[in-house]
Amino acid sequence: MLDALINLVSEVLELLGGVADLAVKSLKSLRDIKKIPGPLLEQMNNFGVNSVPIVLFTSVFTGMVTAVQIAYQIRDYAPLDLLGAGVAKMVMIELGPVLTALVIAGRMGAGIAAELGTMRVTEQIDALECMAIDPVRYLVLPRILSGIIMVPILTVLAITVAIAGAAFVSNVVVDLDYTTFFQGIKLHFVPKDLYGGLIKSVFFGLIVSLMGSYYGYYARGGATGVGKATTQAVVSSSLLILLVDYVLGVILFGK
Amino acid sequence: MIEIRDIHKKLGNKEVLKGVSLTVNEGETVAILGRSGMGKSVLLKHMVGLMKPDRGQVIVDGIDITRVNRKKLFEIRGLFGFVFQNSALFDSFTVWKNVALPLIEAGYDMETIDRQVKKVLSMVNLEGTENLYPAELSGGMMKRVGIARALVGDPKYLLYDEPTAGLDPVIADRINDQILYLKEYLKKTAVVVTHDLRSALKVSDRIALLADGVIVTCIRKEEIFQVEHPEMRQFLKASGLS
Repeated sequence: MLDALINLVSEVLELLGGVADLAVKSLKSLRDIKKIPGPLLEQMNNFGVNSVPIVLFTSVFTGMVTAVQIAYQIRDYAPLDLLGAGVAKMVMIELGPVLTALVIAGRMGAGIAAELGTMRVTEQIDALECMAIDPVRYLVLPRILSGIIMVPILTVLAITVAIAGAAFVSNVVVDLDYTTFFQGIKLHFVPKDLYGGLIKSVFFGLIVSLMGSYYGYYARGGATGVGKATTQAVVSSSLLILLVDYVLGVILFGK
Repeated sequence: MIEIRDIHKKLGNKEVLKGVSLTVNEGETVAILGRSGMGKSVLLKHMVGLMKPDRGQVIVDGIDITRVNRKKLFEIRGLFGFVFQNSALFDSFTVWKNVALPLIEAGYDMETIDRQVKKVLSMVNLEGTENLYPAELSGGMMKRVGIARALVGDPKYLLYDEPTAGLDPVIADRINDQILYLKEYLKKTAVVVTHDLRSALKVSDRIALLADGVIVTCIRKEEIFQVEHPEMRQFLKASGLS
């Protein structure tokens, strides 16, 4: 029992140390940032443009179902004029950032871990080292930066599309006209709701890209090792997103 | 000159290198011969600083690379070209970009890069393959692209990790010819890790036998038949040379 506990604590500390070490190495390689525009644009395309369809699909249905459920929950004790405000707050503060991040964790977190893991086990990362090219600067930094840049942009897109979907469903299913829906949003809009959600999304972008990079960069053991790294990247990113969401929720909206 | 002094390395619970010492002089080609799993590739990776020894020194041109910082290590790596066992080509890049990458990263202009890439590709008889991807190449071609990539920065030292492993005898012999041609044409210092004695005899000046974590003998290839060590006798027998 004690041995198992010691092993668990050791593994967690080792993981935290490894992730922190990779983050520090990436931060240091920012000195050579002028060398990464090509890889950065490529990763922003992978992270951002290629994720648009799945983010659109997720967010439009999230917005629509949120509208239906809020309408169902408030219809007996609050005016439906508040529906737009309720949907917008929920989508900006919570659903937009978190669901976008979870979708990106599944898509890009796994992709980064699998790509870097394959490069590791086929000695491509060693080859970069031999060419005197810093693999952290060449491979990890562009992925982390693209995560930090693109997840907030995708979150804005997700929020916009979710609100549009909610407005449509409110009109068609709940019979609330568009003007009332958007008046409700305008009347109760607090900038902090949007900024808070975007601050969260920056952290989520960092989590997804850093965990994917960490597990991929240090993958060992051939195809099995790459598969394991990919799973670990997605699971750990998802858990961390939920944990950090709570912590940031308390800090940003707790009072 | 590359000097390995009393290198020890443990991987997991296994002590792979138990005090290896070896000197590679300027202009010569040394083959490191040994059975699979004896630590030949581990030893080669120490020479370029991809692995750090638990104990001992790796001295390249008078500098102990086990004690330098990362910036200096990268500078020293510029002296090396490394040919990986499985070529380690970047599968999302074309042949041109695979070979050109070290020069692109070093900031050379495109005209110089293109000229140099075409030059090294012609040295390995791969003209016209610039736009192909690694998945479109045969095993032998991939090895030659790996050699071209190692050559593109005009390194002082060439390190080959099992250059003929996994190739049929005809293609393997062509790769040996290639190594020999580069040795005679470019006069580079080279280290070839191999378990193929015939290949070692063809391309090297000296052969170092790695067994049980140490270099048990390092002799000129002409002296190989005089070696009495049982491991070498087995290699000679298995290669049909005794």
